[in-house]
Amino acid sequence: MEVLFLLSVSAALKQGQITPTELCQKCLSLIKKTKFLNAYITVSEEVALKQAEESEKRYKNGQSLGDLDGIPIAVKDNFSTSGIETTCASNMLKGYIPPYNATVVQKLLDQGALLMGKTNLDEFAMGSGSTDGIFGPVKNPWSYSKQYREKRKQNPHSKNEDSDWLITGGSSGGSAAAVSAFTCYAALGSDTGGSTRNPAAHCGLVGFKPSYGLVSRHGLIPLVNSMDVPGILTRCVDDAAIVLGALAGPDPKDSTTVHDPINKPFMLPSLADVSKLCIGIPKEYLIPELSSEVRSLWSKAADLFESEGAKVLEVSLPHTSYSIVCYHVLCTSEVASNMARFDGLQYGHRCDINVSTEAMYAATRREGFNDVVRGRILSGNFFLLKENYENYFVKAQKVRRLIANDFVNAFNSGVDVLLTPTTLSEAVPYLEFIKEDNRTRSAQDDIFTQAVNMAGLPAVSIPVALSNQGLPIGLQFIGRAFCDQQLLTVARWFEKQVQFPVIQLQELMDDCSAVLENEKSASVSLKQ
Amino acid sequence: MAAPMLRWVGRGRLWTFARVDGGSCHRREAPTGSTSNWIRGQSSVAQQPLYTTQKPRKGEHKWAAVVGLEIHAQISSNSKLFSGSQVRFSAPPNSLVSFFDASLPGTLPVLNRRCVEAAVMTGLALNCHINKKSLFDRKHYFYADLPAGYQITQQRLPIAVNGSLTYGVCAGKKQSQVIPKTVRIKQIQLEQDSGKSLHDDLRSQTLIDLNRAGVGLLEVVLEPDLSCGEEAATAVRELQLILQALGTSQANMAEGQLRVDANISVHHPGEPLGVRTEVKNLNSIRFLAKAIDYEIQRQINELENGGEILNETRSFHYQLGCTMSMRDKEGKQDYRFMPEPNLPPLVLYDATSLPAGADPQQVINIDQIRETLPELPSVTRERLVQQYGMLLEHSFTLLNEVGLLEFFQNVIKETRAEPKKVTSWVLNTFLGYLKQQNLAVSERCGSDVYTEESKCSDSEQPFMDALTVCDVNVFSLLGAASPVTPSALAELLDLLDSRTISSAAAKEVFEELWKREGKTPGQIVSEKQLELMEDRGALEQLCHSMMEAHPQVVMDLKKGNPRAINKLIGLVRKATQSRADPAMIKEILEKKLSS
Repeated sequence: MEVLFLLSVSAALKQGQITPTELCQKCLSLIKKTKFLNAYITVSEEVALKQAEESEKRYKNGQSLGDLDGIPIAVKDNFSTSGIETTCASNMLKGYIPPYNATVVQKLLDQGALLMGKTNLDEFAMGSGSTDGIFGPVKNPWSYSKQYREKRKQNPHSKNEDSDWLITGGSSGGSAAAVSAFTCYAALGSDTGGSTRNPAAHCGLVGFKPSYGLVSRHGLIPLVNSMDVPGILTRCVDDAAIVLGALAGPDPKDSTTVHDPINKPFMLPSLADVSKLCIGIPKEYLIPELSSEVRSLWSKAADLFESEGAKVLEVSLPHTSYSIVCYHVLCTSEVASNMARFDGLQYGHRCDINVSTEAMYAATRREGFNDVVRGRILSGNFFLLKENYENYFVKAQKVRRLIANDFVNAFNSGVDVLLTPTTLSEAVPYLEFIKEDNRTRSAQDDIFTQAVNMAGLPAVSIPVALSNQGLPIGLQFIGRAFCDQQLLTVARWFEKQVQFPVIQLQELMDDCSAVLENEKSASVSLKQ
Repeated sequence: MAAPMLRWVGRGRLWTFARVDGGSCHRREAPTGSTSNWIRGQSSVAQQPLYTTQKPRKGEHKWAAVVGLEIHAQISSNSKLFSGSQVRFSAPPNSLVSFFDASLPGTLPVLNRRCVEAAVMTGLALNCHINKKSLFDRKHYFYADLPAGYQITQQRLPIAVNGSLTYGVCAGKKQSQVIPKTVRIKQIQLEQDSGKSLHDDLRSQTLIDLNRAGVGLLEVVLEPDLSCGEEAATAVRELQLILQALGTSQANMAEGQLRVDANISVHHPGEPLGVRTEVKNLNSIRFLAKAIDYEIQRQINELENGGEILNETRSFHYQLGCTMSMRDKEGKQDYRFMPEPNLPPLVLYDATSLPAGADPQQVINIDQIRETLPELPSVTRERLVQQYGMLLEHSFTLLNEVGLLEFFQNVIKETRAEPKKVTSWVLNTFLGYLKQQNLAVSERCGSDVYTEESKCSDSEQPFMDALTVCDVNVFSLLGAASPVTPSALAELLDLLDSRTISSAAAKEVFEELWKREGKTPGQIVSEKQLELMEDRGALEQLCHSMMEAHPQVVMDLKKGNPRAINKLIGLVRKATQSRADPAMIKEILEKKLSS
């Protein structure tokens, strides 16, 4: 992979060093080579090649649509794509082919991007590992990286390394794996409680969650409408900014998008000097569960800002500890409501039972949803019952307001950007991960990311360094609402300082293919 | 609460308001009858709401009924409340369904400005407080014609609250007095309509039509200030007229654009309110009155016989004329209300709060809507009374019949005749003929729509039945129009006014006009030689010979029986084939008798 970044490959396309079709085919072959990662649910090869052909014509005629013209991208399988199956990794929507494109998908296509396929996720984006979808778990490309394997060889305790692969984090793990394994240059994730930032941190990527209201949700199959935001996964901050530039803006089809114009295009001013910056360190984020490695990187990052002249302040977000339980109530309530439409009548799965409409609903929903989804529906309906509504939903909304106010107060105290960990630790092996149930894991894994969704703020996870095991660790920057550009500007400065290493996957690709052969039977059985 | 007291008429006898049926039948038979029957189903309850049991027990039982209504009015708009699909009645099934209406995953609601304006306008017309900020909520229940599994409505903070609706109830011996009454309006909320389920029992399947799914509704919630079917019926009729005047809803009950649910309970005055039942989906004003009165009586019977009232939902069986429990298998529904997260609060402005430089396309100004309010029915009636000196009840009739006011005003415009004369002709002769033949004033929609609907048994309301009901709107359903145009009637009244013809001759001309032979009144008059006898000499001659032919009558007159002259007048008129002016005949006769 000689061309790492979207912007650089875009330059190569413009200069004719590579054609969109060549680029597309290169990515398609990588998708095939890394099929064992299970990053994609659907590979839209024909669509992509056709789009590449059209892009190529435009380049030949000097009518390029811009930086994204001819750039391979992937889209999480919970965004509606016209004519392309959209499953949410659920039996409920297996075979569902939407008749329309999500606004964000349409905007990317309008810019000439090539849609490589739809990426894997936890069913209906409910999870933090990308392990709980009907198409099986996504494997973290770093499991097969030279960096990780060499470290493991040094470790006498490591057992069977082939079956000891790592999770990507989630729920946008498919998108993260797709970008991390170079099968595309950017991918759309969704972010409700950290679903873009969490896998970005585990896969060594930039994972950006824009301000709520900046990017249209129309066509994003919802998890929690009041917190969902389309997320962007790229290999560098500049690439995320390019994609954001294409996506941001009001959408008449989403009444929660904001009309105030944001500076476009999203070119980031170069930040030579951070001396005027004030970085906040929320003290509540220093919790016992935080791994020492992440903690030390976090503190080094703070030191870096300080040494470069920035003001670094400890700030308090006092209601942080209530965030997880509050999120649980609000999330499950909206889930219960949003999932009500999946009744088997008009689209998606329908059971064979036709004794009565009610029996059909019940069986369809039992067969269509996994335990995680059904569990959340059950809890949500409980919280929304008339007798519980005040005690749960209304209280949770009040707590949400307090959490949002915590951020407002921190920013009002002069802080420009908050610096926090993204995850507790680096990615864990799948076998380790599945020891806990989905709910426990989500509660742990979202701890640093999910308050941001409650407040609607922009946040970005930046890969910082490799752990002792050779795995990526990310840190999170949180900005003021609609100060996405400022946030990304600071993130880019930081990115330049830390010089995160590129994943060394290429030389192991052949090896991986061998691994793939060994595991083929296992992955097939998962799909059945 | 000012609920009139009711006492039961008799055991075992159904509480029927005789006029409900009798009134309409009577009218069909005698089209030239009373003009005060401006609303179907007058019961004696309104003026005399006291009923006693047949066998009064210790401390006579008095019952008061408490009735509250929830009225759903479909907003008259080009597109649905939250999507761009068209709104049209009787379009082919599922032809007006957007991705949002079908609840495809990922679609989002976008509020229709027109529907908001309609709600504000209706709120203002009903004296409501308009909330500058209102919210949308989701109301959850599983039903096949509700594809999202929830309805978007305004449960917590509706767009308009605390209004009132004034209506008139007929009273007096001939039901010719109008007593104004007021019912408070609790709130008006914007919400989505559901689709339609058509149950095909033969093939035991249900067909879903989503054309109606997502159409904007105004739910008008009335406080329980009503006490009987007639009050409810008249209040709903007034609301219907207001909505139609505003243009915010076509409010055609037969097309389901106005649907009423009634909450009903009875109690002893001074005691706490009784357990209430809800009677759902009342789709005609007549059924509304019937269902409420039946349900009041049923509850009284039940309680008098030691039974109890269950808090349940009932439906009105239009053929049996009774309400029946709908037997909700699921038990009490918990709608699990939740804020609609995809719609920001709806913020309205007035002149004082309007932000400077706001884009008029992006904001709704309450004051601006207030300025565009049209004349409301109560004001129109007052104007008619003032301007034309008609009785208040006549003004009610003019407004209640679809198109009648316009007809009346067109006649007035073209004729020299006195307004009182026009009123009398329009309300007695013209309306009488119309009703006798079940015709409408003007042509409206065709009737094919209804037969189509009736092919499937609709769980909600049998549409065909609406045709059998002698209801104001039903005339228009037949699609045939009056054969007499306003200009023809105006010309006829001019002939009468200029004494060219007698009023008896005028009636004859009117009957000819009704035959639709395309002749003008003038042509008919000359063809049939109906002109008044202008030749005084000839008339004098005729009077003279009539007096000679009937000496006995002349004797009677001279003996001091002044009424005997009428007999002579009648004989002379008959001899002229009613072409002579009775006044002139009388004058000649008197002259001759006194000479």
